[in-house]
Amino acid sequence: MILPEKVLILGSGALKIGQAGEFDYSGSQAIKALKEEKIKTVLVNPNIATIQTSKGFADQVYFLPINPYFVEKIIEKERPDGILLNFGGQTALNCGLSLAQKGIFEKYDLKVLGTQIEAIQKTESRKLFAASLRKVGLNIPRSFSAGNIEEALLSGEKIGYPVVCRAGFSLGGQGSSVVKNKSQLKKVAKRALALSPEILIEECLYGWKEIEYEVMRDCRDNCITVCNMENFDPMGIHTGESIVVSPSQTLTNNEYFLLREMAIKAIRFFKIVGECNIQFALHPQTGEYRIIEVNARLSRSSALASKVTGYPLAFIAAKLSLGFTLDELKNSVTKTTGAFFEPALDYLAVKIPRWDFEKFGLPYQTITTEMQSVGEVMAIGRTFPEVLQKAVRMLNQGHEGIIDGFDLNKNQLQSIIRTANSKRIFQIAASLLKGVSAQKIAHLTKIDYWFIAEIKKITDFYLTLQQKLSQGDSLSTQGVSLKEILKEAKRFGFSDAQLAKIFKTTRRKIGSLRIKFGIIPVVKQIDTLAAEYPAETNYLYLTYHGIKEDLNFRNKKQIMVLASGPYCIGSSVEFDWCAVNTVATLRKNKNKTILVNCNPETVSTDYDITDKLYFEELSLERVLDICRKEKPLGVILSVGGQIPNNLALSLAREKIRILGTRADDIDKAEDRQKFSALLGKLSIDQPVWQQLSSSSKAIDFAQQIEFPVIARPSYVLSGKSMIVIYSKEELVHYLNILQKQDIKIVISKFIQNAKEIEADLVAKKGEIILCAISEHIENAGVHSGDASIVFPPQKLYIETIRRIKDACKLIAKALNINGPANIQFLAKDNQIKVIECNLRASRTFPFISKMCDKNFIEMATLIMLKKKVEVKNQILDLDYVGVKVPQFSFSRLHEVDPILRVEMASTGEAACLGEDVEEAYLKALIATDQQLPQTSVLISLGGEENKLKFLEEARILFGKGLKIYATHHTGDFLTKNGIRTEKLFKIYEKQKPNIADFLAERKIDLVINITDPDFVSQKLLNDDYQIRRSTVDFGVPLFTNLQAAKLFVQAFFLKKQDDLKVNSYADYFKKM
Amino acid sequence: MKTRLILEDNSVWEGESFGRQVSTAGEVVFTTAMIGYVEALTDPSYKGQILVFTYPLIGNYGVVDRRFFQSDKIQVSGVIVTQVCLSPSHWQSQKSLDLWLKENNVPGLQGIDTRALTQKLRNKGTMLGKIQNNDEEISFYDPNKENLIPKVSLKKPKDFQSGGEKRVCLIDCGHKRSILNCLLDRNLSVKIVPWNYDPFGRFDFDGMVVSNGPGDPKMAVKTVKIVKQAMEKKLPVLGICLGSQIISLAAGAQTYKLKFGHRSLNQPVKDVQSGRCFITSQNHGFAIDPGSLPSGFKQWFFNLNDQTCEGVISDDGKVAGVQFHPEGSPGPTDTSWVFDEFVKLL
Repeated sequence: MILPEKVLILGSGALKIGQAGEFDYSGSQAIKALKEEKIKTVLVNPNIATIQTSKGFADQVYFLPINPYFVEKIIEKERPDGILLNFGGQTALNCGLSLAQKGIFEKYDLKVLGTQIEAIQKTESRKLFAASLRKVGLNIPRSFSAGNIEEALLSGEKIGYPVVCRAGFSLGGQGSSVVKNKSQLKKVAKRALALSPEILIEECLYGWKEIEYEVMRDCRDNCITVCNMENFDPMGIHTGESIVVSPSQTLTNNEYFLLREMAIKAIRFFKIVGECNIQFALHPQTGEYRIIEVNARLSRSSALASKVTGYPLAFIAAKLSLGFTLDELKNSVTKTTGAFFEPALDYLAVKIPRWDFEKFGLPYQTITTEMQSVGEVMAIGRTFPEVLQKAVRMLNQGHEGIIDGFDLNKNQLQSIIRTANSKRIFQIAASLLKGVSAQKIAHLTKIDYWFIAEIKKITDFYLTLQQKLSQGDSLSTQGVSLKEILKEAKRFGFSDAQLAKIFKTTRRKIGSLRIKFGIIPVVKQIDTLAAEYPAETNYLYLTYHGIKEDLNFRNKKQIMVLASGPYCIGSSVEFDWCAVNTVATLRKNKNKTILVNCNPETVSTDYDITDKLYFEELSLERVLDICRKEKPLGVILSVGGQIPNNLALSLAREKIRILGTRADDIDKAEDRQKFSALLGKLSIDQPVWQQLSSSSKAIDFAQQIEFPVIARPSYVLSGKSMIVIYSKEELVHYLNILQKQDIKIVISKFIQNAKEIEADLVAKKGEIILCAISEHIENAGVHSGDASIVFPPQKLYIETIRRIKDACKLIAKALNINGPANIQFLAKDNQIKVIECNLRASRTFPFISKMCDKNFIEMATLIMLKKKVEVKNQILDLDYVGVKVPQFSFSRLHEVDPILRVEMASTGEAACLGEDVEEAYLKALIATDQQLPQTSVLISLGGEENKLKFLEEARILFGKGLKIYATHHTGDFLTKNGIRTEKLFKIYEKQKPNIADFLAERKIDLVINITDPDFVSQKLLNDDYQIRRSTVDFGVPLFTNLQAAKLFVQAFFLKKQDDLKVNSYADYFKKM
Repeated sequence: MKTRLILEDNSVWEGESFGRQVSTAGEVVFTTAMIGYVEALTDPSYKGQILVFTYPLIGNYGVVDRRFFQSDKIQVSGVIVTQVCLSPSHWQSQKSLDLWLKENNVPGLQGIDTRALTQKLRNKGTMLGKIQNNDEEISFYDPNKENLIPKVSLKKPKDFQSGGEKRVCLIDCGHKRSILNCLLDRNLSVKIVPWNYDPFGRFDFDGMVVSNGPGDPKMAVKTVKIVKQAMEKKLPVLGICLGSQIISLAAGAQTYKLKFGHRSLNQPVKDVQSGRCFITSQNHGFAIDPGSLPSGFKQWFFNLNDQTCEGVISDDGKVAGVQFHPEGSPGPTDTSWVFDEFVKLL
């Protein structure tokens, strides 16, 4: 076997719906596997918050867009002799296919490792896929490909409705849906054809069981299936949107091994070397099967399978790509057996997707063949009820269990559960409570009866309990029966808090009663072989279905780190980076570590990064359960985002030692009243605000401080609507919606045309050790997670920076900050105001750390360990600039308005470096799929001020020879100023030439749509909404923020693609 | 109703009864198979054993129809699980596992930490045990001390026609029905004969298959003698599981008892000659000592987990035995080519 010397690995770029943190896991595993063979690695990935782009992983890292242009440049420069395409999701695979098409691999004599291009093409093109599999006698759905609407309609007739319409080469099922008739197909096919030149019309398998296998094959044709998974939801719902259980629960031996045999047949046929994911549909009444998808790459499912089984799929796949065989490699869990085996589980795992519809003001949404979820959780246990209830709590959306809400009547419930939606699991429980039979529910939902019957165990128990309580049993009834009840409740997965609600008492009371009765969960190991062989595994979960602990808890010198929990809008891979770096620092300093997390898409849940991994809930109850067993020296909760941070006070109350800033001080920053008072004492300015308990008071206050104001509910539950309000009418409307929920409201002054600035800092006992200040491109009013962030700041007065530093010093001192923190400021005319302060690591920590080449988390961890650290001054004079930009997934969130506002909407981020802000910004935009305009731009500017402010940029675009389309008033204004424009009618005007048609016909390359904040009537908002929505739906780049649009145009004017330097991360530092 | 498992080390495991509420004794063994309980429970190789499932949820798809049974009835003496499913769901399900055990007069025990129990069996080795209901006192029973084969072997020869010309003599030491089916599927006619039935001179056949079965192979003295004759006559012989151990004994090699055996659907084996690897289904407590193989025989496969012998083959390839189950049922069928190779020899 001849190993390559230098291998290029393509990452997956910014996180978006359909392609998330799982590829940080697979990429970093691949790098580890190559490094072990002493192969040099070069990584392209503009996702700066990832672990894989951190020190100690690849030898060279390029924070550049993953597209054929940049990747070819990197190949030309680095001259690798091998390339891995299977570890960066669809982005890497598609880039690889384009490179192959262009002959780049031959040109540079570059060997594609693992699965070959031909195989990828066969699995990716539906046409080739179907033809190939038919040839080997494997069953696939009846299907026809279509290149235009007519062909699509003809295929629909041939198969018979309903049919599925899918786009080829797409992420997470984008552009695919079930259509019931001809007219629907016409509409859907049009959209799908806009995304892909070839679409597919298929037999509808709605209601069939959906089963997946993860299969591996080495170059000597040895094959294994690492695990199988069964979707709780039937076919017709994207697997990323389904609740998934592993191993399969309702398949017979015959079915299980038939599908396994077919999976192996398929992987052999495609000659895949490495890993592949095969999806099957299985008829629930006949056992017939269809192969519906083969993914010749690591996928979300393979990441999940790795976490379910403990089998390091990505790591082994990378080794297989190099030419190793499965039997040569070790099972890294048992360390005594080999990698050629199929894990046997003695537990089960359930994955539930996390949707963030509430963030956009939508209650619950229909889920379909397209992916809309933004993250997922996985729970492990020994019965389905136990695991399911764990999993819904892990979602961190306020559910204590599956019995939660939907107190509707039988008919209403039966009608809503018919359609798959983001809250169906709760509706099913509610239906059972109302007496709808399990058979009926199975019939209505097409979910297998087994699952419903298991859920019924939970609701039946609940009903019995209610009955007992109504007969006078209560907590005061001491004795055996209460003990038995609690024991059973815990086995059904009820949390202490949930039981407290049922027994009308407190969580603490239930908790202590439970401990008194000796009802405590036991720790079990995940060892891949169901205890058949001894294993020193550190991969753990807790269950109430056991009597024996797998561990002896002898090690007392351990530190516990609480990681991020599920990814969602607002908490993503950046917190995984923080947790992983914390653990690494702890270990480097000879501490034993315990990590807790429940997110299967993460690197932090790789059992080799920590001494012990608890794949568990990040709830107070569960963290306490673990603490009572492990007795760690301390807990670090400031590196995993808001979920662990929220546990500070309650853990402190339970006498758990928290490392870093004290819980009381964290509370002082979290509690709005306390923090405000503190700022007052320190004479640090803040926008005027008040918490108000009635609508009239809110309106009075808003008028007193003058509109615009920012309004939000006083407590924020999964990002409930915070908005900027410009008028009394709007406020009244907003209050009317909120009042229904009877909550207090916070009104604060919104300061227009202010700059927003972030300070990331690390302090020791109140003294700042590291501080990095960065500026937003967009003015205040855009959530910091959606803003483009520049470091070092380019447009701040020295005076402003000095004032910010002074304020940081005062706050750090006052709050005794002892670890990481992030403070956000507004600046206008050199006046600064504090708008937020979090005494934990922030979203910008990985970006800042990499930009400064100083690991802020490492420093924070050393401080928490009371290690001696030097006082370092911040670095502002760098020879380069970094810009971090948001990645949006609006194209997947159908009804959402793709506009920037105070609520966060982005799902990921990319960051690039450049010699100036323009270069870095342009690269970063390209890295988030914003193609540069070639021929035309549509400009729509609301209000006089926006028009004037954008005039110079409009001139530049015109001067560049672009065709300028404009809406009515904007067109008049531009023409008056000597810019030739063609006017297009707005979509609602329904006259031609119309924006909608031009977008559909791809006559517009870029849309700049800036609304007038002072004049947002609902109607105008709707008109502009239609433009924005269509822009996103047709995949055209969109700017909705004035400052961002201006900078983009300036950058576009100054730089050609050739000017964008292909420098590695190290190249920038060499120059300094 | 509290029911207990008592092991020979005096440990007591309390749980709840399902199936028939009777007491039973036997050898306690564990399987890590996550599915295939219908096939496993009807496998005659489990005769005299109490079977522990490491996978916690058993019975989810009920009891599928008889064509998946490996023999006419449940063969195990008792079943131990974490949770039995009382509301199974599958289009082929005829009844619940609970009911099926009742009909077969077999006790079940649920609510057991089967991982902890398995760890004990793994560390201390397979143990004798008894499931006790209603405080009834019964004694331990060691199935390895007697010849179990006569209990599961058929009494009179039986013919199965496939329409094919070639005929195979299948020696029944407690055969799984899918072994017979694998032969019939390959267009072979099969005559099944009892374990101690000498077929020579009584009917003509082209090859011999020695089936799986329960217990210590050394108890099958009569079968060993019959196989020796077949080898002398240069007939193609294929042994499966216990059958492979019998072939080895006939060749002059030795067998021994494993600490806790192999009972699972994920045993990795490697073909010594070709280097190819396969995932196999296994159920055995004894193994062949490859060091004792006489000249003219060599190891065919070995286990990738613990390096034990997984198959033997004669130098001319005519006599071969596999420790695993190429017929699957339960389990993978990756090695079903073993039957094809056998057919080529006929």
